[in-house]
Amino acid sequence: MTDKDRKGEGKAAAGDDFEPVIVGFFCNWCTASAADLAGTSRMQYPPNVRPIRVMCTGSVDTSFVLRALLEGADGVMVGGCHPGDCHYVTGNYRARRRLTGVIKILEALALDPERFRFEWISASEGAKFVKVVTEFTEDIKRMGPSPLKGL
Amino acid sequence: MPRIGVFVCHCGLNIAATVDIAKVIDRVSQHPAVAHAEDYIFMCSDPGQLLVQGKIQELGLDGLVMANCSPTLHERTFRNAAALVGLNPYLVEIANIREAVSWPHMKEPERATEKAIEIILATVEKVRQNTELHTIKVPVTHSVMIIGGGVAGIQAALDCADAGLEVHLVERTSSIGGMMASLSETFPTLDCPQCILTPKMTQAGKHPNIRIHAYSEIEEVSGFVGNFQAKVRHKATYIDWSKCTGCGVCMTVCPTKKIPSEYNHGMANRTAAYIPFPQAVPNRAVIDDKNCLWLLKGKCGICAKKCPAEAIHYEDNTEIEELEIGAIIVATGMEVLPVEHFGEYGLGKIPDVVTGIQFERLLAPSGPTAGKVQRPSDGTEPKEIAFLQCIGSRDPANYKPYCSKVCCMYTGKQAMLYKHAVHDGQAFVFYIDIRSDGKGYEEFIQRAMEEEKVLYIRGKVSKVFEDEGKIVVWGTDTLTGKWIELRVDMVVLATAAVASSGVNELASKLRITTDEHGWLKEAHLKLQPVETLTAGIYLAGAAQFVKDISDTVAQASGAAAKAIALLSKDHLERVPIIACVDQDLCVGCGYCETFCAYGAIAVDPVTGKAEVNEGLCEGCGGCAAHCPSGAATLTNYGKKQVFDMITTFTNGQVVQ
Repeated sequence: MTDKDRKGEGKAAAGDDFEPVIVGFFCNWCTASAADLAGTSRMQYPPNVRPIRVMCTGSVDTSFVLRALLEGADGVMVGGCHPGDCHYVTGNYRARRRLTGVIKILEALALDPERFRFEWISASEGAKFVKVVTEFTEDIKRMGPSPLKGL
Repeated sequence: MPRIGVFVCHCGLNIAATVDIAKVIDRVSQHPAVAHAEDYIFMCSDPGQLLVQGKIQELGLDGLVMANCSPTLHERTFRNAAALVGLNPYLVEIANIREAVSWPHMKEPERATEKAIEIILATVEKVRQNTELHTIKVPVTHSVMIIGGGVAGIQAALDCADAGLEVHLVERTSSIGGMMASLSETFPTLDCPQCILTPKMTQAGKHPNIRIHAYSEIEEVSGFVGNFQAKVRHKATYIDWSKCTGCGVCMTVCPTKKIPSEYNHGMANRTAAYIPFPQAVPNRAVIDDKNCLWLLKGKCGICAKKCPAEAIHYEDNTEIEELEIGAIIVATGMEVLPVEHFGEYGLGKIPDVVTGIQFERLLAPSGPTAGKVQRPSDGTEPKEIAFLQCIGSRDPANYKPYCSKVCCMYTGKQAMLYKHAVHDGQAFVFYIDIRSDGKGYEEFIQRAMEEEKVLYIRGKVSKVFEDEGKIVVWGTDTLTGKWIELRVDMVVLATAAVASSGVNELASKLRITTDEHGWLKEAHLKLQPVETLTAGIYLAGAAQFVKDISDTVAQASGAAAKAIALLSKDHLERVPIIACVDQDLCVGCGYCETFCAYGAIAVDPVTGKAEVNEGLCEGCGGCAAHCPSGAATLTNYGKKQVFDMITTFTNGQVVQ
């Protein structure tokens, strides 16, 4: 049974008050600034995402994502610079290539790959940050708690 | 056990109104590594900093978590404060509980408080594993590259050059001067650009420290603050500028005469071989290869025969020059929305409907009509003109949501200058609001209304069309609620200002960003308006957002001051957060080498282990994520540090 099959089950078990734990790895030069802009503009979004500022998405180790999920995070989000805009030339491309591999691992772990999300959010896209975080939180709520939680 | 101090700022009510500070202090104090937790209303204030410094000394704290606003604002403040009392600044970390917590979660105080606590505890886990670091000294190149030769670029170039820096002023057209050179007179003083701009242009052209790279564009920029490498493409002029004297014979003989002049914004034509305007700096001709008969078809060649300096060669003399640069100032300015956007106002269809910048050329003594106001269609003197403001501005549904800022003032000026030229003429101005917020600006508008009898009508225009040699303007006067029909001879549209074309490509090359409208993004709108997020790159003038000349010049001097301050030392101190390699773990596979975009990490052929060049490493941390043996790490961003932050978020606390 994969996580996908468990969707309904998770929802039933979780009830309406399930608040997912989401770990976010945000690039210092773009997505972290976008989050600052969203805050400064007093845009409101659900407080589920716990942000970790990284210098570049290129420094996000596969093990960071897996560690979070294995420890029971319900979702992991990585936010980096748009293609061509990396502050360190090519870090975001490397991150994309590396982290695409995460999806295969999640499938092997019978976790829904949609619990992992990689987004390009530039420093001026405060509104996009809010949209992505809000949607992702809602998606995870729909999926229910991670089956690895509490193991 | 480490002795970490946690200091929680209320930021007035910005944090305290949402986050339960007492609860935060209580929970954070229970962490075994936290030796002290305290809150204060404004931690960044002098008493706040003194409080922190006092506790460092009194309690012997060996690490700090400052829970307050984003690190972009006060990371440096608190690191400096700690350093002053002997705590290594890299043992201070920020937990952002304002932009990331209290502001975006104002309606959920309980969950916001939980989030704040977790962020602070995660930061405690990080900082307790931080190591002391010392800044790295790197040599700097004492030169500045300024991109864009308008009044912003010229002002910044003169300031930097006067401070003794070597300046490379790169301009994509064949002369510096920019948009200001095309203006008739400038508000609110009515100086003409020939009186106030051309002396600056000449000064820049003759300054021993300034090199103007006219007809040139940026090909590529690499490197980092203090040590950029720029490739500048000198576009093909087909004329040897070392021989060209700017005599203009090529322009007089060139048979291709019907090319719309960029300088005159299409109100006059130019030839294929041309100097854009008589005061051009440098005063050199170029051949436009899209229109030259010789270059297109191999026919003509008359300019080469007639050129007294024998400067014309018809050879593609494109050249790429590499420059070593310490700082970069981007001054690419603005344009107006292209004419094809405004069909409903007849722009591009009715010849006597023109844009504001086109009307400037009709008013300018240096313009095609020598300052006589004439209708483009038949050359007659317009007796009535309607000026329409906010065309494409403040119109989020169709065009741009923002106010283009300079139109109220230049429309008032144009109406005034029109009255000076046509004494019995009548000017009407359709406006939404009049924004005249500069020094002497409101008085200027009042003068236009009261002394020059310009008639201001509050309302927007719905339609503009031709009827029996007149232009009919339909609109509403929203103050009286009456529908209005005017029959005028000319219509001038104050079209929306937009960022210069090509700015997005340039921004990518510089690794700086633009906003959704193409304006270059500053590091902080209020407190760092001339800096970008990329160290060593500054913004001047309308490239950041529409500005009038006064503001442009002020910002240009501001950007120059930043560049001068940066380059005033022989060495730059770089943040020491760079990669390092555990020599015991490294197997010399060289995988890190393939990742690094800067060539900063390489396997030493003698030791067979990877080594980091600290002058080149930018600290992205990519090699650490790429290293299969876990030997490479980014200092103070170690794997264990990140893991413990993650665990704080998933389990609430790291089990010791």
